[in-house]
This record gives sequence, structure tokens and C-alpha cells, in this order.
Amino acid sequence: MSDAALLSLTIFTPTIFAVLLMVFDKKAEEGMRVFTLVGTVVTFLLSLMMWQRFDSAEAGYQMQVVCEWIPTWNIAYRLGVDGISLPLVLLTSLVTMLAAVASWSIKDKIRGYLILFLMLETGMLGVFLSLDFFLFYVFWEVMLLPMYFLIGVWGGPRREYAAMKFFLYTLAGSVLMLIAMLMFYYDSSQVTGGKGVFNLIQLTDIARQGGFTQSMQLVAFILLFIGFAIKLPAFPFHTWLPDAHVEAPTPISMILAGVLLKMGGYGIIRIAMPLCPWATQYASWFLVALGVFSILYGAFAAMAQTDFKRMVAYSSVSHMGYVLIGLAVWKINESGQTIRSDHWLMGMQGAMYQMLAHGISSAGMFFMVGVIYDRVHHRDLNKFGGLMQIMPWFSGVAVGIFFAGLGLPGLCGFIGEAFVVLSMWSFSPVLAILAASGVILTAGYILWTIQRVFFGPEYKGPHGEDLCDMNPRESSVAVTLLALAIVFGIMPSIMLDVMNPTTEALTKSLSAGYSNSGGPQPVAVPAPQVSLVK
Amino acid sequence: MSANTLIHDLLKELPRSVEIFVPELILSATIVLLLLSRVLGCDKKVPPCWTAIIGSLVAFMAVFAQFMYLKTGPDAYTQIVRTLYEVLQLSGDGVGTIGPYFSGLLMHDHFGTFFRLGLLLFLVLVITLTVLTGIPDNEDGPDFYVLMCGSALGMMLAVGTNNLLMLFVAVEMMSVPSYVMVGFLKGRKLSSEAALKYVVYGAGTAGVMLYGISLISGLLGSGSIPEMGDRFAFLMGTKTFSLASGESITLVLGIIMVLVGLAFKLSLVPFHFWAPDAFEGASAEVGGFLSVGSKAAAFALMVRFVLGFDGQLPVLQSLSQFIGLGLGVMAVISMTFGNLAAYTQTNMKRLLAYSTIAHAGYMLLAVSALLVTLNAPGDSKLNAAEEAVHCVEGLTYYLAVYLFMNLTAFAVVALVRNETFSEEISAYKGLISGGPAIKVLCVCLACSFFSLVGMPPFGGFFAKVLIFLPAFKAGHVHWMMWLFVAIGGLNTAFSLYYYLKVLKTIFIDPPPADRPPVEAPALVGWYVALVTLPILILGASPLQDDLSRTAQFVASSLFK
Repeated sequence: MSDAALLSLTIFTPTIFAVLLMVFDKKAEEGMRVFTLVGTVVTFLLSLMMWQRFDSAEAGYQMQVVCEWIPTWNIAYRLGVDGISLPLVLLTSLVTMLAAVASWSIKDKIRGYLILFLMLETGMLGVFLSLDFFLFYVFWEVMLLPMYFLIGVWGGPRREYAAMKFFLYTLAGSVLMLIAMLMFYYDSSQVTGGKGVFNLIQLTDIARQGGFTQSMQLVAFILLFIGFAIKLPAFPFHTWLPDAHVEAPTPISMILAGVLLKMGGYGIIRIAMPLCPWATQYASWFLVALGVFSILYGAFAAMAQTDFKRMVAYSSVSHMGYVLIGLAVWKINESGQTIRSDHWLMGMQGAMYQMLAHGISSAGMFFMVGVIYDRVHHRDLNKFGGLMQIMPWFSGVAVGIFFAGLGLPGLCGFIGEAFVVLSMWSFSPVLAILAASGVILTAGYILWTIQRVFFGPEYKGPHGEDLCDMNPRESSVAVTLLALAIVFGIMPSIMLDVMNPTTEALTKSLSAGYSNSGGPQPVAVPAPQVSLVK
Repeated sequence: MSANTLIHDLLKELPRSVEIFVPELILSATIVLLLLSRVLGCDKKVPPCWTAIIGSLVAFMAVFAQFMYLKTGPDAYTQIVRTLYEVLQLSGDGVGTIGPYFSGLLMHDHFGTFFRLGLLLFLVLVITLTVLTGIPDNEDGPDFYVLMCGSALGMMLAVGTNNLLMLFVAVEMMSVPSYVMVGFLKGRKLSSEAALKYVVYGAGTAGVMLYGISLISGLLGSGSIPEMGDRFAFLMGTKTFSLASGESITLVLGIIMVLVGLAFKLSLVPFHFWAPDAFEGASAEVGGFLSVGSKAAAFALMVRFVLGFDGQLPVLQSLSQFIGLGLGVMAVISMTFGNLAAYTQTNMKRLLAYSTIAHAGYMLLAVSALLVTLNAPGDSKLNAAEEAVHCVEGLTYYLAVYLFMNLTAFAVVALVRNETFSEEISAYKGLISGGPAIKVLCVCLACSFFSLVGMPPFGGFFAKVLIFLPAFKAGHVHWMMWLFVAIGGLNTAFSLYYYLKVLKTIFIDPPPADRPPVEAPALVGWYVALVTLPILILGASPLQDDLSRTAQFVASSLFK
């Protein structure tokens, strides 16, 4: 199979399976479920094949696909994979596969559910693999439509509200991104002298050579950042998240937390930062501070929850704060030279690693909550207790996964957090201390939750008679996630080696872009670009 | 010029004019046939809908041949098109030459031909829809199709208008039959009220427009649209454009009055009051016809009218920028008002009426950008001539997609009404649980609505980008355009809410317990799927490029 076919096939295999689902008989629910699972497994295998062909020593994009799409507007179907997108592609296909196993708990309107589920996977993979801004945007929105229905139709009691809120927030963010996209298209046409550019590689080159003015970068960065911060989510754009996570059915919560939040981080590292290097540096203090605040805010909010799923949702806000910090710990000296770039590199790797680790641990936590919810139909933390005696196997695995979320050394969560906090020390010791104290708060709410749910004398809540240990299907998901959490915790190099050349090249390209964009001296601001924000 | 030379000139260009006018003649013949069939009683034997469909299809083929002739020249690739050329006897001196015909009253060019093509395609699709929904019945058939074809004829004249007199005639010709069509559901109070309201508004704005036309032609001494700019510049001489000068204020007043007439047809705020009532009162089929057809025609007319002031002179620059920014304000008010007012609607047709008001606003943004960039001095940052083409390209593309997405929406409303006998949004509760054809209708409606919001992978997104992009670039000429684009972007997010509310009712709400399962004939599902397909094709396929290129091609024919 050629490289071009491999990438396209990875994206569109789920769509093909979704279309084929139409031919199934209405009654053949089990068949449809298995068929969907096969589709996600095939996709996962294809992404593994991509990993196998990927050359970790190389920094640039590999296996590029370029097809003309709308040549009149310079829009192309352009795909490629590098050290930043490959781990996320693997994560996406993995989490989706596990979510497909978890989807056996969905009982009604199963065909519609599975079709939308597979379309969602296409959208997510497309976002991570596209190298054309326009194509990226199309996939970004394609993923929204199924998500709305998946939450809205198969969700919990307040599903309509949650789905609507999710959709409105994300669409508002996308519209800002669209305006930024038009800005880049227009400004790049000034540089190239002909048509504008949607090609992200070319746009990155222009930005590195200082082709975008400082004021334009700043406006574009604000627009892009808000768009991605909504997805990440960073305070104050996070309020859709607890609602969406709580109301979504378990498999969809897994995907939301495991993959969708990564898109925010991915957007920042792939689009907002390389295209606006000057603005990134200009905003670095703000970004780091916002990240620290998100960590603390999310942790305190998680501690205050009584709903199990809401607690896990807020822990996501807290954990994604590390991603923001890791990307932004970019320190310069007075003359505009990047200093201690090895620390920044470490922060960036930590951020990337944190995204992966969080994808595994949060998907796992949501799955574990879903397993109990399927049995007792409530999520009130204060009504649990004593599960360790009734469900020892479940409780053991769950505690392991929660520890991964806590960031216990030896499990996946630790690496990312440690990298980020270490890299922060050189940026600002005060903020580093604050961020590190977030780790303690995290330990606080997770241990407290474990105590309230698994320990204690006995279970006194409703439906106690339905409590039984995990069945093999559930065990397979939980054990896979736990095993991965352990593997990623003790052998971080599997993924760090993949990311390393790319992130290193990125830091260098950003530093060059900063000094080419005029460095620290304020340059006379050409009026037109600013007036947009007036 | 003596009468003799006039007649001589007319006779000389008559063959060419008639050759170009063949599609309109075919449509006229269809109308006459429909009327005669009623008199002779043939309408019992041959259903009038078939006469109408065949007539409009033949007219469509004729325009298609003309368009292909213009696009590819006399050597067509396929045998069918070559045969068409021969049957219609197209010649290089006739259809092949662009330029005014019928003594300069009408204009034959790529732009006009493309719009005629679109309008006739739309006419065929709407007539097919009426056959499927059974409105009108066989008894009223001839009358209804006469009105519809007559209105379409007016629209076809409108897109080729080259003279202010023709502008008025065309607008009236497409309006008068539509007044009657709105009131066509006899015996329904709501329908009659809507028609009356529509007539009164229409008559009022027509009067205003006529006065505007008299001001302009009186001032400039000619009704010819392409000459307006030159004549005005000549009149002004060395004076600069200022509202204090008598000539300028008279002309601006005239232009505004003409635009009032067009704004009424486009249902732009503040001339939109008729729209929700007329749409609610009329049947959904008629609503669909009016919302797309008359809008496309009025926009083409508007583009032709404002392009009369094309010219690089400073006085024309100031004039077109002034009018352009004014239209931009109107555009953002229309889209904001339309979207906000749609929030509280409980009737599907009223909701769609407000949505069309909002969409007219998006499209007006393209005209506004066109005027702002039109005569702007070119510099290194902006190629004004090229951008003006892009503005018209965006508008054309938007209208092409709009045709399908709005037709889908109105078709679904009409078809669902046939099954549930209601057009209230509450009647759509849990509709997705209906039969297979109903499921198809629901999914198609979702596609149409998401496209109306402007989400990829549907055509509405790319169309919106094609309008926002030139509007954004026009911001380089005047910063207000950036503000308009930002408001337009925000409106996209606003509009999501009310579209989603309907989709929520259909997909998420449980069906009422006392309602029997809703079923629909399979044919209906196929029709709607067929109309929905282009929305997807124009949003996520390489064909997007073809339409975009065609739109650019026809738009550039306006700038010579």
C-alpha cells in the first residue's frame, strides 16, 4: 500500500464502515456492533502501520499526500504526519476502538449511534492528519455534527442542554478560527504576491521568515487561541465541559476526554504557535499563568463535586492546564534570543506527553465511572463506599487507573507533569511552585474519591443488589488502559523518541520566527489590522 | 435619429435578439398553451403539470445550449450538445456574441445566461415538487402554473436587465404573479391576508422605485444602465462627490429609491415586514419558489444596477463606497435581525422566512464588498478589479448553493405537512421515528439546516467563505468591512441555535404518544435526497472547484 493510500484510508475507513452499516437488517444489532468494532480495529491497525513506516529520526512531515481540491482558491487535500500528530493519531484510533467495545452498553437506536460514532472517528483523524488549513477546518467541524447528536440523543437527563451548549461554544470558537484563517489567507497573498495560501507548511515558512506583522499575529493569535482554548478547555472557556461530559454516554465521554480535548492542544501547537511565533512569545507569560490558574481552579472545582463524573470532568480542566504551560514556557533575554531552549523543549515534550497520558487515564476514569453507573444508575460520590469488597477486581483496576490520573511515579501521568513542572522552574519559580501544588490538590481529590467510593464498610446506596464485578468485555477495556498507563509510565521513550526531532525543530523554527518578526522592539503598527478588534 | 433609422436598426438586430430570446419564448408558449388548454378543455386529458414541466425543461435545455455555446464555443465535446446547437440554430454572431440586444433593453452575457440557467433548473425542480405534494389540484393547475411560469419569465428578464425601464418592468413582472400565488390557497383567511399585505407593500415600494428611476434617468438623460457612471462623471465635471451638491444628492436619492424596491424583493430589513406573513400564509412550495427565485433574480439585478457606476474616476469611487457601506450596514442589520427574530418562532415557515432575511443579509454583504472595492484605486495590497470579480463570484456561488438548501428545507416542510397536516415546529416532535422515507426527509433537513448555518462539509460553508473572503479583503479599502465580516461571523454562531432547536425537536424529542407513525411515499424520499445531494457535492467534492471556476468565469464577463 502506498503512503498516500495509507493516510487516506486511515481517515476514511470508518466512513466506509458507516456507509456499509446501512445494509444491515434492523434487527441485527449484535452484528452491527461487531461490524463497527471491526471497523475501529482495522483503523487502529492502519494507524499502527503508519507508526511502523514512520521514521522517528526525521523531523518534518512524512508520507505526505497532496491532491488538488479547489485549485482556484489554492485549497488542496493535503495530509501528512509528523512526530506531533502521530502519537495523537495512535491515541485516537486506540481510544475509539476501546470506546467501540464500551458501546455495548448503548441499547436503543443502535444503528444511528454506530454510524455517527464512526463518522466522529473520521473527523478526529482528519483533524490530526490534515496539513491544509481549510481541510483542517472542514474536519474540525465534521467532528462537531455527530458529537451533537451523540450527546443529544443518547445522553443523560439534561442532554439537550449539554449538547446545545457544547455545540454553541465550539462553533463560536470555530468562527473565530475561520476569521483568523481568512486573515492568513489574505496576508499570505501579500507575501507570495499571488493567491493566498492555506497550506500549513507554507504558512509556517512565511511566519518563520517574519512574513506576518506583529499586530496581525497578535490579532490572529487571540482569535485562534480562544478557538482552541474552548476545546482544550482552559479557564474561562471550560464551562461546556462538565455538562457535556456528564450528560454524554460513557463511550462518548471516553472520546470527549480522551481525544477531543487533545484537539485544542494540537491546534495550539500545530497552528496557533507556528503561525504566530511573535505573538506566542508575547503572550507566553499570560499563557503560563492561565495554565497555572486552570490547574488550581480545576483541582479545587473537582474537589467540590459530589457527582462522580463531574469530578472526573473537572480533573480534565486541571490536567490540561499542564499542556498549556508546557507549550508556553518560552523564555527570551533582552535582545530577543531564546534562552534555555532545552527547558522549553522539555516543557513541550511534557505537554505532548501529558496529552497522551491524559487521553489514556481520563478515558479510563470515565469508563470506570460508566461501569458503576451501569449497575447502580447513580453517580453520587457520597452514596458509594465499600465497593472493594463487592467488586474487588473492578476496584483494583480502577484504583490503578485513578493513580495514573493522579500522576503517581511509574504511571503515565507522572512523566508529563514532572517534565512540565521542571521546565517551568527556569521560567518562573513562583508559578512552578503553584503548579506543583496542583499535584498535591490532585492527589487530594483523587485519594478522597477513592476512599469514598472503594473503601468504607459497605455499600448503602440504591441498587446495591445489582453490584457485580466486571464482565470480560468490560475487563478487556479496563485492563488495556491500565496496561498502557503502566507501559507509558515506565517506558516513556517509546513516544518521546517519536516526538523529539519534531518538537526540537519546532522550538528552533519558533525562535527564528520570533526574531524575524521584529523581536522585542515594538515596531510601528500598521493601522488596518488592529482596527478589527476595536 | 429618425423613426426610419430606428426601425431599420431594430430589424437588423432582430434575428440575433430572437435567437437569444428563444428560452423566454418557449416559456411564453408554455403559458399560452396552459391557458388555451383550459379553454379547450384539454387540461382534463393532459394534466397541466406535465405541460408546465415539459415546457420549462425545453426552455432549460435551450438556455443550457446557449450557456455551453458561450463557455466552450461552437465545438462542443458531446454529440447531444452539438445537436442542441443545430436545433436551436445557434450562431457565432447571435448567441456567441455578448452584448445588449432588443435595442439595448436587455443584456446578453455569461452572467445573465448562467442565472437564467439556474432559474429554469429551479423552476423545473419546484414544479416537480408541486406534482409530488399535490398543490395545486388538477382543477387549479393551469392557473397556478401560468402564474409560476409568468413569474419565472419576469425573473429571467430581470437577470438580463440593461435599462432602468426594463428594471421596473422585470420587477413588476416577477412580483405580480407572486402576489396571486401567495393568496392561492383559497378560503384560508391567513393566506388572503398575507397576499394583501404583500400586494400593498409591493405596490408601495414599486412606486418608490419608479420615482427613483425617474430621478436617475431625468438627471442623467438616459435610462441605459451601463452609461450611468460615465454620464454622472460627465455631469459632475471637476466637482468632487459631496452630498451638498444638487447632482450628487439627487442621484444618491434616486439610487436609494431603486434599492428600496430591490430590498423589498430581497426582504432586507427594514423592508422585510411582508416576508414572515407572506411565507406563513402561502403554501410551502410557493414560499420556496419566492425565497430562492425572486431573490436570485433581484440580486442579479442589483449587481447589474450597481455596476452601472463602474469607473475609475474619483467621483465614482466616492459614490460607490458611500452606497457600498450603506448596503453593508443594511446587510449586518438584516442578518442580525433575521437570526434573532427567528429564535422565538413556533411555525416552520415563519422560521424559514426569518432565515431567508438573514441569508439575504449575508448575500448583500457581497454586493457591499463589491461596491467598496469596485472603483477603489489599485495598489500593491489589493487588486481591486480582481477582487470585484471575486465578490460577484461569491454571490453567484452562494445563490447556487442557496437554491438547493432552501429548496430542500421548503420541500421537507411541504412534504411533512402532507403527512402530519401541520407546519408548527411542535408537530415535528420525534419525526425521526417515522417510516424510511420520513427518516430520509429528516436527515436531508438536517443537512440543509447545517448548510444554512454554514458548516462544512456542506456547500453553505464554502459559499459563506467565498463571500467573507472578498468582504474581508475589502476591509483594506475601508475598515468598516472588517466590522461587517466580524458581525457576519458572529451571526453564524447565533443562527445555529434556532436551526438546532428544530433539529432537536425532530431527533431528540420523543414522538407524541397519540400520533400514529408517520409514513411517506418512497418517491418523496428520493426527490428530497436528489435535491440534497448537490449541497454535499458543492461542499466536499472536487466539483466545488468547477462551480467556483464557472462562477468566476461568469462574474468576469460583467467587467469588460
